[in-house]
Amino acid sequence: MMGSENQGSEEALLCISRDEMDNLMLDDPLDNVSAGNTNTSSKSFSSYRSAMSSLADAHHPLSLPPAPAESDPLLSPPPYRDLRKPSAASDTSSYSEPPAYADVILSPLDEAAVNEINGLDPVSQSSSSSLLVPSSSSDHIRITVSNPQKEQETSNSLVPGGSTYVTYLITTRTNIREFNGKEFSVRRRFRDVITLSDRLAESYRGFFIPPRPDKNVVESQVMQKQEFVEQRRVALEKYLRRLAAHPVIRKSDELKVFLKVQGKLPLPTSTDMASRMLDGAVKLPKQLFGESAGVALQEVVQPAKGGRDLLRLFKELKQSVANDWGGSKPPVVEEDKEFLEKKERIQDLEQQLSNASQQAESLVKAQQDMGETIGELGLAFIKLTKFENEEAIFNTQRTRAADMKNVFTAAVKASRFYRELNAQTVKHLDTLHDYLGLMLSVHSAFSDRTSALLTVQTLLSELSSLQLRTDKLEAASSKIFGGDKSRIRKIEELKETKRVTEDAKYVATQEYERIKENNSRELERLDRERHADFLNMLKGFVLNQAGYAEKIADVWAKVAEETSGYTREST
Amino acid sequence: MITTQRNPPTSSLSPRSPSSQPFLLVSVTDPVKLGNGVQAYISYRVITKTNFPDYQGPEKIVIRRYSDFVWLRDRLFERYKGIFIPPLPEKSAVEKFRFSAEFIEMRRQALDVFVNRVASHRDLQQSDDLRLFLQADEETMERLRSYETGIFKKKPADLMQIFKDVQSKVSDVVLGKEKPVEESNPEYEKLKHYIFELENHLAEAQKHAYRLVKRHRELGQSLSDFGKAAKLLGACEGDALGKVFSELGAKSESLSLKLQKEAQQLLMNFEEPLKDYVRAVQSIKATIAERANAFRHQCELSETIKLKEINLDKLMLTRSDKVTEAEFEYRELKAESEEATRTFETIVRLMNEEIVRFQEQKTQDMGIAFHEFAKGQARLSNSIADAWRSLLPKLEACSPGSSNGKM
Repeated sequence: MMGSENQGSEEALLCISRDEMDNLMLDDPLDNVSAGNTNTSSKSFSSYRSAMSSLADAHHPLSLPPAPAESDPLLSPPPYRDLRKPSAASDTSSYSEPPAYADVILSPLDEAAVNEINGLDPVSQSSSSSLLVPSSSSDHIRITVSNPQKEQETSNSLVPGGSTYVTYLITTRTNIREFNGKEFSVRRRFRDVITLSDRLAESYRGFFIPPRPDKNVVESQVMQKQEFVEQRRVALEKYLRRLAAHPVIRKSDELKVFLKVQGKLPLPTSTDMASRMLDGAVKLPKQLFGESAGVALQEVVQPAKGGRDLLRLFKELKQSVANDWGGSKPPVVEEDKEFLEKKERIQDLEQQLSNASQQAESLVKAQQDMGETIGELGLAFIKLTKFENEEAIFNTQRTRAADMKNVFTAAVKASRFYRELNAQTVKHLDTLHDYLGLMLSVHSAFSDRTSALLTVQTLLSELSSLQLRTDKLEAASSKIFGGDKSRIRKIEELKETKRVTEDAKYVATQEYERIKENNSRELERLDRERHADFLNMLKGFVLNQAGYAEKIADVWAKVAEETSGYTREST
Repeated sequence: MITTQRNPPTSSLSPRSPSSQPFLLVSVTDPVKLGNGVQAYISYRVITKTNFPDYQGPEKIVIRRYSDFVWLRDRLFERYKGIFIPPLPEKSAVEKFRFSAEFIEMRRQALDVFVNRVASHRDLQQSDDLRLFLQADEETMERLRSYETGIFKKKPADLMQIFKDVQSKVSDVVLGKEKPVEESNPEYEKLKHYIFELENHLAEAQKHAYRLVKRHRELGQSLSDFGKAAKLLGACEGDALGKVFSELGAKSESLSLKLQKEAQQLLMNFEEPLKDYVRAVQSIKATIAERANAFRHQCELSETIKLKEINLDKLMLTRSDKVTEAEFEYRELKAESEEATRTFETIVRLMNEEIVRFQEQKTQDMGIAFHEFAKGQARLSNSIADAWRSLLPKLEACSPGSSNGKM
């Protein structure tokens, strides 16, 4: 009940402007909620864009004062899945039954508490808490991307006047032996990332290589440069961390070089495509007229690329058409039933993942709306309370104002809890999104396999046609007494070509087998890791929902308690 | 549910003596759809239990429809100027919704509250019209109802407008935009300002309350969809993990149902009381308009009287034979003027009492609404927490550390 003893604080409440209302709520001694971290956490995850843009929304009626623009990513919360751990088995050790919520309500709701609610161990990777990975598998690597800076394009550029581009500071901390170093930093631009990704795709055919961030992340023109840069920074960090989490790729030269070598990235760039086109065009006439000795061995290991291997492309195209039309009976078919089954399963999984991912986004949106509306309701009651108090003539009005104050206080708190709940939900359900993205790399790996098989099949066809021609020539030449000099020469050339082609076929088959093996191992790894990751996701999601539901329940229970004097008198 | 003050323990309204005293209890029940097509309507059973002298006791049951309630409200408004007549739920509703179970129930409740508020009001409960409403047979009621609509065609235009309501018209009258004559009473000015402002604030709160109901429904829907998706994903995964997904999906769907239920509760126990509050304020605005009319009428009459006096004196001086007539008119006017003054003063007095009662009642009503709201939210959140928590043991059992079925 509003007694005169409360008049003072109430007047203080009423004198402030609406903008200050948020700060006042924060300073309310009954709930110490620190603003900054929560807001930062909601800014660093960009997957659910629509949800995120509103979560970090400055014009939310109850939004907290904006966090400083340059928030140190090292302080931002870690991705939910601890990507440092090479084996999935250790992930679940980070789960512990969360503490009683009553304790948490009164303590500052900063990042640590939020993680506690979800049973995650606290942030710092240097903490050797017992909750972390057991020391036996202690290989770890932590990459952070920060400090975007504008730099000027040097004179090489075709664009006159010099354009600018952004570089990011990439810091790596690791104890993996192959890296020969504990901590190092380089500056890279986005183009370098594309180069890295392309080179990895070439070297690691058959592997599920994490997909790189899109070139054009900007969806709407309205997005500020700063937002775009931040989104990209986040995306890069995620990408590099995923690469580092891959048991094979983390040890690749390409990655090592990318992370470590100062100055210009020493990997052949994809813009050399132009020169490759030239190369291919130069080579083609030779190839067509049979002057070169078939396909160079090392090139067989690569899929036919546009610029370089026009002839090979034509041949493989011809072969694939032949395969499809069932004209010539292909000697090697994809008869691995097990593989086909797995492929189908993956496709099914992808579909369900896509569906689940979509529904997850809707759920997030609905939670966000709920939080917003409760907040707006609270605001409406704040205004009513103020109004009644100002205009009060009767004590009944003051009583009502006091009741409304209880309601709006609870509503404001509940609204905030919904926002936090949502930020966490996004983090957890992001796993669905991540695996959906991973499906791309699975497709890629499968198509590596298909194209390797095609190469083998092409070579086989080639061999059989060479054999045919040789036989024909031999038959013809044997009819001429003393031999046909030109024909004999021709037969020798063909035999030579055939030998080279046989070698190429051998290499190609090896490559195909290798890729098959990679596919298979990766599938196993995918299943294993996915199983663990999904479990973690579900646990996190469930704990999060339960935790916040309890907090919200407590808030309203308090109001129910405070208004319990009003009993209904109806029968 | 909106409170009604049947036996208000702390009310300053009417000093009640011990139990064997007069009581009048009404309930509106059993909505039944009658008629066909466009002319279909809902009828209600109105049960009266009373020991009032003029009533057929101890119990009487009649059948009434919405327009009968409107008739009663209009009659009371006409007769008891100055009293804040309890508000009725709105007439029109979206056609599709008009016969939905939820709408019918909400309307029934609101009508029940209305008639009980009338029945428990010290003055209103004495009304003959109330007695007719509660006791007359259906044919009589129908006759009364159609007779009244006839009468209304002859009423002054501005009174009609109050019922058909265009708020700005009322406020124009009250704020004196059209007629320059109005009271210069600072306290009353303050009250008027308060009422108008209050309506705005309340309307906003009610709007958000309604949105909150929608949000509950939407969250429920998305939980249901999410649950289905989780089940499908589980079917894809298979084994222990798949089972967990399935269970998660099932929980999600069950929570969806709880949310839909809570949405309905919110609508009835929180949004409706706020709407009722808004309607009550609108009713007060109508009374304010009445008061302005009465004041204006009184002023006009006193103006007219002055003129008549002057005329009369003139006539008396000239010893005209119109003097008698003029005197007669003058006396009549004087009586009318006194009547107008009395009416006006009654309105003022009643309003002063009513405002006290109104504030008390609203604090009570809102207190209950808040209580139910908070209880509902707490209950919902607790069941959400319980549902999710119940999944944890199964999730634990699935961990790679313990025995499980891997892919």
